[in-house]
Amino acid sequence: MFYREAGQFKTTYAADMAIFPLREDRIGLAVIIVCAYALVFTGNSFLLQAVMIPFLVFSLAAIGLNLLTGYTGLLSLGTGAFMGVGAYACYKLTTAFPGLNIIICILASGLFSAAIGVLFGLPSLRIKGFYLAVATLAAQFFLQWCFIRVPWLVNYNVSGAIEAPLRTLFGVPIVGATATPETRYLVVLTLVIGLTWVASNIVHGRIGRAWMAVRDMDIAAELIGIRLLRTKLLAFAVSSYYCGVAGALLVFLWYGGAEYDVFNINQSFFILFMVIIGGLGSLIGSFMGAALIFILPIILGMVMPAILSPFGIGITAATVEHLRFMIVGALIIFFLIVEPHGLARLWQIGKQKLRVWPFPY
Amino acid sequence: MRPFENPVIPQRETLLAVENVSLAFGGVKALTDVSFDIRKGEIRAIIGPNGAGKTSMLNCINGFYHPTHGSITFKGEKRRRMRPSAAARGGIARTFQNVALFKGMSTLDNIMTGRSLKMHKGFFWQMLRYGPALKEEAGHRRVVEDIIDFLEIQHIRRTPVGKLPYGLQKRVELGRALAMEPELLLLDEPMAGMNLEEKEDMSRFILDVNQHFGTTIALIEHDMGVVMDLSDRVVVLEYGRKIADGTPQEVKRDEKVVAAYLGVAH
Ligand SMILES: Nc1ncnc2c1ncn2[C@@H]1O[C@H](COP(=O)(O)OP(=O)(O)OP(=O)(O)O)[C@@H](O)[C@H]1O
Ligand SMILES: [Mg+2]
Repeated sequence: MFYREAGQFKTTYAADMAIFPLREDRIGLAVIIVCAYALVFTGNSFLLQAVMIPFLVFSLAAIGLNLLTGYTGLLSLGTGAFMGVGAYACYKLTTAFPGLNIIICILASGLFSAAIGVLFGLPSLRIKGFYLAVATLAAQFFLQWCFIRVPWLVNYNVSGAIEAPLRTLFGVPIVGATATPETRYLVVLTLVIGLTWVASNIVHGRIGRAWMAVRDMDIAAELIGIRLLRTKLLAFAVSSYYCGVAGALLVFLWYGGAEYDVFNINQSFFILFMVIIGGLGSLIGSFMGAALIFILPIILGMVMPAILSPFGIGITAATVEHLRFMIVGALIIFFLIVEPHGLARLWQIGKQKLRVWPFPY
Repeated sequence: MRPFENPVIPQRETLLAVENVSLAFGGVKALTDVSFDIRKGEIRAIIGPNGAGKTSMLNCINGFYHPTHGSITFKGEKRRRMRPSAAARGGIARTFQNVALFKGMSTLDNIMTGRSLKMHKGFFWQMLRYGPALKEEAGHRRVVEDIIDFLEIQHIRRTPVGKLPYGLQKRVELGRALAMEPELLLLDEPMAGMNLEEKEDMSRFILDVNQHFGTTIALIEHDMGVVMDLSDRVVVLEYGRKIADGTPQEVKRDEKVVAAYLGVAH
């Protein structure tokens, strides 16, 4: 009833090509954004620091991987390493140029992982699917080796860790030990919204169509005049950029410091699961996947003991952890079998039902 | 004695010349010493029994296969090897024997993708979308909508093409090729697997494209009735060799052609 396109006529192609053609969708999006900003006023540091900031960081990384795997059809297992490149690049930038605005450092650090991504994307012209995944796996291990073995990356710090120095924006600390969760959350939220907007613009235009064309039928794409190598490398560059920025955000606005181990292969799989569950080839799905994989276990961890204790079943933290792994694993298998297009597709189906409700179709 | 003259089509300039092309895959000779030309503005049919090398010929023309011998001259430019994307840039578009659409994309996006080469706004503008990129997009959308109207596929504009029936997929694929505004359009069995009505529609589209836009068309087709009705000239292949070349009437009377077709019992 309330979710209808009736009466909303498009008089120009530009209006029809809007990313959210339905007024209800635009209002919904605006409400979500306002609510997201309003979370700052809850003053709940746990919510911001342990739930929202990581959720946004992982969403950004998932968007990055989705651009490559979901939109362009190139499977990568090097996400963790590309995030690491961004984090280490940001560390080097901000220590080499202490006066440089930290936001600029974070955004520029993505350029380094984009360059590395292009380098490791070069084999993608010749190899596909499983073999390309193995090539990106090589990138994962090689880069992680660099993080450990190249002391220059950590400024010869004996601990081998990188640590976020104090950096301010308009006099307010946003990075470092004294930065409050509120300010860090605001910075992350704003950056993620901005970058998501850009990603959405790219995938809805010429470049996004070229990526999907390469994914769906590369021969036909080439015969249309799309240059395969260039298109694939651009996908690697943009994808790695997003992963790199996510990595920088992870260290500088969430952890506050990190070792090489943060960017291991598990991180790559973690992001890949988000993309698969959220929906390949969907930006909204990237957020949904990140929410399901990251936030659902937190909720389970809080809810499960509460549910089970009235029955006299005591549950240890370790058991909760195991249950979380099992539930997430089951969900992944469920989605792979039942709905390979992930949560995003379920969301779409739900919206379609709502659009014609109360009629079946 | 007056010289006998055919009521011939005016001699038009050659758009594409295939000279002594041979193509082999290992031991299999797909094409052997084939020569023919395609003139500007004509509909040129390529026919022959299964496995005759028709698809291989198209693949050579648009650079997907590289002939082992011989050369192909397009718009006066002779070439031995060419990337398919260069052929596209040169103005050659094609459809495939087994539909090769972008399955996950809508009809609209598939045809819009055909405009890729004509869109020039770079990465920076694409990131912003609003402004020049969207303006360019809207301009191309208008052209694409014209193609959609022309092919009468308005109702499936937003449907993912993977869900469409075969006949409509072939139509969308033609639309995508048309979106490139090609000079030479290669159609590989555009009517295979269609019912009579769909065939009539497709024939009408092909004729319209040829007449209204002046597009030169090379057409592979098994249905002889369609070939006779549509084409200006026909080249016949058998076992990778050219066995006849001429107007539909000439070819139909040719003994070798008759034998080839009776041989495979069509
Ligand atoms: N990529 C390839 N590798 C090996 N052999 C090939 C290849 N492409 C074609 N051939 C062979 O070349 C010959 C000609 O094939 P082609 O597809 O050109 O025939 P066609 O005339 O299009 O037949 P149809 O009417 O069945 O489409 C066949 O013997 C085929 O097996
Ligand atoms: Mg064929």
